[in-house]
Parts: sequence; C-alpha cells; structure tokens
Amino acid sequence: MAVMEHHLHEASGARRHLPMEYRDVHQSLRILGFWLFLATDMLLFACLFATYLVLRTHTDGGPTPRELFDVPGFTAETFILLTSSFTGGLATLAMRNGKKGQLIGWLAVTMLLGLSFVALEAQEFVKDALEGATMQRSAFLSSFFTLVGTHGSHVSVGIVWMFLTLLQVLRRGITPITARKVFIVNLYWHFLDVVWVFIFTIVYLSGVVM
Amino acid sequence: MWEGFRHFADTYLMWNEGPLIWMSDVLILLTSIGIVAVLTYFKKWKWLWDEWLTTVDHKKIGIMYLICALLMFFRGGVDALLMRTQLALPNNHFLDAEHYDQIFTTHGTIMILFMAMPFIFALFNIAVPLQIGARDVAFPYLNAISFWLFFFGALLFNISFVFGGSPDAGWTSYPPLSELAFDKGPGENFYLLGLQISGIGSIATGINFMATILKMRAPGMTLMRMPLFTWSVLAACVVIIFAFPALTVALALLLLDRIVGTHFFTILHGGNPMMFINLFWIWGHPEVYIVILPAFGVFSEVVATFARKRIFGYGSMVVALMAISVISFFVWVHHFFTMGAGADVNTFFAVATMAVGIPTGVKVFNWLFTMYRGRIRMSLPMLWTVAFVPCFAIGGATGVMLAVAPADYQYHNSYFLIAHFHQVLIGGTVFGMLAGMYYWWPKMFGFLLDERLGRWAFWFFNIGFYVCFMPQYALGFMGMQRRMYTYPADLGWGTLNFISTIGAYLMGIGFLFMVAQIIYSIRYGQRDLTGDPWDGRTLEWSLPSPVPHYNFAVIPTVEDRDYWWVLKQQGRTQELRPRPEEIQPIHMPKNSGRPFLMGVAFFVAGIGFVFNWYVLAVLGLLGVVACMVARAFEYDDEYHIPVEEVQHTEAALGRL
Repeated sequence: MAVMEHHLHEASGARRHLPMEYRDVHQSLRILGFWLFLATDMLLFACLFATYLVLRTHTDGGPTPRELFDVPGFTAETFILLTSSFTGGLATLAMRNGKKGQLIGWLAVTMLLGLSFVALEAQEFVKDALEGATMQRSAFLSSFFTLVGTHGSHVSVGIVWMFLTLLQVLRRGITPITARKVFIVNLYWHFLDVVWVFIFTIVYLSGVVM
Repeated sequence: MWEGFRHFADTYLMWNEGPLIWMSDVLILLTSIGIVAVLTYFKKWKWLWDEWLTTVDHKKIGIMYLICALLMFFRGGVDALLMRTQLALPNNHFLDAEHYDQIFTTHGTIMILFMAMPFIFALFNIAVPLQIGARDVAFPYLNAISFWLFFFGALLFNISFVFGGSPDAGWTSYPPLSELAFDKGPGENFYLLGLQISGIGSIATGINFMATILKMRAPGMTLMRMPLFTWSVLAACVVIIFAFPALTVALALLLLDRIVGTHFFTILHGGNPMMFINLFWIWGHPEVYIVILPAFGVFSEVVATFARKRIFGYGSMVVALMAISVISFFVWVHHFFTMGAGADVNTFFAVATMAVGIPTGVKVFNWLFTMYRGRIRMSLPMLWTVAFVPCFAIGGATGVMLAVAPADYQYHNSYFLIAHFHQVLIGGTVFGMLAGMYYWWPKMFGFLLDERLGRWAFWFFNIGFYVCFMPQYALGFMGMQRRMYTYPADLGWGTLNFISTIGAYLMGIGFLFMVAQIIYSIRYGQRDLTGDPWDGRTLEWSLPSPVPHYNFAVIPTVEDRDYWWVLKQQGRTQELRPRPEEIQPIHMPKNSGRPFLMGVAFFVAGIGFVFNWYVLAVLGLLGVVACMVARAFEYDDEYHIPVEEVQHTEAALGRL
C-alpha cells in the first residue's frame, strides 16, 4: 500500500471522530476495495440466480422444487443465519467500543451459528442426494445445488476467515489494522446474509408455493 | 517401460501427430535451455527473483505485462498466418480440419484474453499512478497477484498446444459442442481453467485501479482535472467490475458440466445451451469495450500532445467514455440475433447497439477538432493515431450495418463479421496499444524507439491490414462463412482469399520490423535525458525517465488540467522539482514472493482439474489457501526509504 502522507497530514486530525476502522487512511482504502469486491461477488450471485430462474422448471421428470424443499429445514437455516448476522453486528459494536473480550465472544457465537447453518445445509444436501436428487439428475437440480452450494461455500470460507481474524485480535488486541479486518469480515458476513434472503425468497419460498 | 513412455508421449505429448509438434517441442526445449543457460551464465537468477518475480512496483509489473502481451501477439499472429496460409488456395490441405479448429480457437482466445488484456493492463500500470501523482496503485501486493494469475493462466492455456491438446470449440466455446459428449480430451478444460485463473486476476485489477483512481490522486487533482487516459481506465474498470463475474460464472458452469456431470448447457436433462451464450456475451460484449476504452484514452493523450493543443471538448469526452461503459451492458444479444428472441427483443438490442455510435462519434470529432489548426508532429504515436481514425470509422460503419437485426440474418457468422471485428479490434485496440507503447516507451525504459524502423513497421502493418481485411467484407457478401477450413474452387472465392493472405503476411512483416526496431533501439535508440521527449502535458512527463521507484520525491499539488503543460507555459516547472527541506521518508510496500507462488499454486490446481487428477488439484488449492493464510498474518510488509536516500537519488538525477 503506497503512500499517502499528504493525505495523512490533514487526515490525522479530521479523521479522529471516525470509527476506529476508518481512522487510518490505509485501512479505509482497503475497506473501499472490499466494497468493490463485494460488487463483483454480488454480480456473480446475480448470474447464478439468473441461471436458476431460467432452469428451475427444467426438472426433466425428476424432483420438483415443491417436492424437494423442506420447510422446517430452510426456515431453521434462515433464522440461524439471520441471527448470526446480528451477532456479527454486535461484534463490530464491541470492537468500536474497544471491548476485546466481548468482541471475541460475539465472533465466536457468530462462527458457531455459521457452523450450524453449514451443518444443516450439508444435511439437507445429503438427504436430497440419497433420495436421488443429485446435481446430475436435471438442469433444475444442477442450478439449485450450484447456487445454494456457492453460498454455502462462501459461508464456510467466512467461518475460517473469521477464525483467523479472531486469532489476530487475540494476539494483537484491537488496533487500526485488526479493527479493519474485523469490520471487513463482518461486511462479508452481512453480504452473505443478504444473498441468503434472496435465496430464501426466490429459491425456497417461491419454490414451495408455486 | 518403453510402452509406458510411448503411451504417455502419444496421449499427453501428442507425438503421434507428426513433425510439426516435434519441431515445436524442440524449439520450446531449446528456448527454455537458452533462457536457463543465459541466466546461469550471467548469474542473473537472483536478479530475476529480486527485481522482477517478487516486485510489487507498478512500473515493473507494467513492463512484465507488456513483454507478455508482445509474446502473445507473436503467438496469436503465427496462428493467424497458419490460417491464412491454409485459406490462400481452394481445396488446400496444409492443415486438416481438426488442426484448423484448434488454431482459430487459440488465435481468438489469445488475441483477446492474452494479448489485448495484458496490453491494456501494461498501460494502466505504467501510466495511471504517474498521471495522478501517486507513488503506486492502491493495493500493490494485489497488483502482483493479478499479474501472476494472468501469467499462469496464459501459461496454462498455451501449454495445451504441446501437452494434452489445444481447445478446438472456438474462442466463444459454445455448448453443446464444447460439452464433454462432443469434445473429449483436455483441450476445452485448458480453455476453461486458463481463462478462469487469468479472469480472477482481471477482476482484481479492475478493483485495484478503481480504488487507485478514486482515492490516490494528488491534492488538487479533482476528477475533472484528470488526464483522459486515466478517465478511460476508470471507465474500463467500471466495465471490468460489472462484466467479468458473468464470465467467471459461465466458465465455472461449463466446467461443472464437463467434470462433474451437471446439466446446465447440455441438451439432455433440461439443460439450456443458450444460457451459456447469454452469460458469455454479457461479459463478451463489454469485454471489447474494456479493450477499446483505454485505447481511446491513449488517443486523447497523443492527439493533445502532438497537436500541442488542449483536448477539444474534455467534458464531452468524459461523458462519452462513461456513456459507452453503461451502454456496453445493453447490447449483448446482437451477437445472436438469429437465436430467435423475437422482433421486440432484437429491436431493443439493435437500437442500443446503434446508440453506441453516438458517444463514439463525439470522441472521433473531438480528436479531429483537437488536430484542427494544431501544430501537428507526425511522430510514431501520432502516426498510429491518425491511421486509427479512418480505420475505426469504417469498422464502426460496418458495425452499424451488422446492428440492423433483419440484415444480420445475412451477415451472421460470415466473413463480413470477421472483417468488421478485426477492423475495430486491430484498428482500434491494437493501433491504440501500439500508439501507447511508443508514447510511454521512453518513460518506461529511458530511450526512444527508432523512428525510421517504426515507419517501416507502420506502413507494412497498415497497408497489410487493408489488403487482408477489405477482401473479407466482399467474401462475406459472397457467402463465405467463418471457421470453414477449406472451400471448393468453383465458388469463386480463391482470388480474394489469396489477396487477403498476402495482406496477412504484410502485417507479419510489419511485426518483424517492430521487433527489429526494439532490438535496434535498445542499443542505438535516442536516450531520453529530459524525461519529457514529446513535450508532454501531464504529470508523468515532469519526472525523469525511467522513473525512480518511489515515483514522486514530493507529491505535487495540482492546480489545473494538463498541469505540467501549464507550468511549462508559465515558466514555473521548478515548482515540481523537490526542495530538500520538503523531502520526507517515503513509505513503500515490501517485495513479496508470495504472489508468484500463488500463481504457481493456481497453475498446479489448473493442471489437476484439466486432467481430472484431483490429488494434484487439491494440492494446488491448498497452496493457494496457504498463501492467503500467510498473508493474513503478515504485518511487516512495508518499509521507509530514508530522506538521505531520496535526496541522493534526486541529486544524482540532477533534480535537487
């Protein structure tokens, strides 16, 4: 990250009122970069959603969405992931208040909720596959498993990432750098939550009512 | 043992294919031995590692992109000459159908993804930080990763030629032809993974330069004071960020079809091949604007500099760039009007396509008005710019013809289309990149490229271009379709094809002159001692050539557009010289070998997926993860250049 001393001079005073992760210009630059990355990731999901919408009726005589989707299962997944987004927000709040213990605690809770979400989803996928609904069965199932699976692997990556961030907070405390890292991993987490809201409505909810 | 080797050689090295492949193997082997021998003899391994492979300096990364682009220009050009040789005469059997398929596939893919893209990235890297008064890009480490992902993606794609077999389903790789059922063997996998890996690098570059331009500008450089090249890079980055994810998805889904057995684009089990074609072109059409917009930026810089006038209609230039980048997302269906989407859909996309001509026309007129009554110098960058205008105007006009949806049913996939897109991509992007290369060459290397040899290259390439492609418009009207490997004599296409082949060889000679020009100029080229050989207008010309690795000893404060020119007019150039008391320690990123290793890991994973060797694939991916985890725990990645060193460097350059 190259230099912006000229900005730093004027900045150090003016930026003092900002939240910790934005106070250092180098860190706030990385947050901007991450927002731009999220734009690309959102478009990646948009393309997967478009593919799903084109192919969802192409069941080829195999399982249809209504037959496949398990209402209690995906409702539980939804509540767990939405709650984890809230606890992730509490982690950011604790970070801004400089409370390291709380921050670590909320990150741990968020990771645990994430793990249970991934476990439930894996269980759902295994159950489907055992009933013969594999991603090779029909174009609908190919697009369903790919869309939801891409989200699930994003969440899995997020858990590992959050764990690595937690280790850094443990070792170094809350510094401008670790604050930025906590903030970014939470941005990513909230983003996955938003994507899930769309999966919930477009895939599951409209799948069972149609 | 021998049998085992024979099997390996025939399956993977394709030694049963005959002498052409043996010759290529020998040449590649000799070149590799030559490179290793030279590096060892001159004890340059450490230099290579320390100065280049681990660098995070945008200027060096730009030079590496440029070298790769020129090498790929050569390979893609050889592919083109092989095709033109095959088509020179009717009923020719210089190449068989299968080899011809492979060659047009690699030609197209290489020219777009591995020649045009690294060429624009070379200019992004070389010019943008210097033009906006920054010391590097926003994320130098990520910049190095982008380069190495591009490099190893390109290597993966190119290696298919001698290891496993080239892809052969066209650069567009349409299913169902590109599905496993119809295209066995690893070729298509090479295509999918090579593009995927380099595509990730391209997305990262888009993000990086967007953040750089938005946040790293020198004080006083408002958006509307930015040089137009930087504006064009910003516009291109917007398009990269919004378009490349669609390619990522298209490639990933086709790869899933091929290696996991899903049914996205198969005809069986409800798959829909048109979905790939839509996703591909939602990326593919914006992609051609990604490579043309920076060329427009180059022309704006060159015209203003060599006509010694402020660019005409700066504001309208900016609006036009941004308008093109937005409209680029509403035209993709014009690649398949014949799909049968219906009159209403085709009408929308036809009108949107024609609308692109409006902002483009604004730009062309602005360049002409800038030249009008200017004191024009016809140096090499200006020569290519002037040649661009009529070439692109013809290409644009035939583009509007193709945009007329009902008429397109006649032109579709004919040589008329081939002639059109070569005219805009060569006449636009290649001319622009060459103009940019000549323009910034002294800034990169500290010497100018020889004018005389450059003029030979220019005339051979330009005349060759028209001789090659004008007949192809006619061939298209006469019914010749793209991708046919031969044709019967009685159709009357022989003469025009022969002329077209002559043109292709003239362009090849032009390229050889360029190579000669570069080699000659390294030794004898005029040295650039002032740092401002063209009497330039923007901040990069206020620096010595080549630029010290920290770029600006003191970050300038900008007060106007074309600030360096303004200062020269007012006799205030001393203001951009550093004063000793202003110099402070400079904060720089440390070099890192990890981006290179990450590229290697991606390459290993790519080979694993290509051949379905999943152990190798997993090992490669673990390597990628290891690099990322190591980066997460890296806190000591910056250093300071002490004041004395900066003063010493600046004094040695005579700037203090």
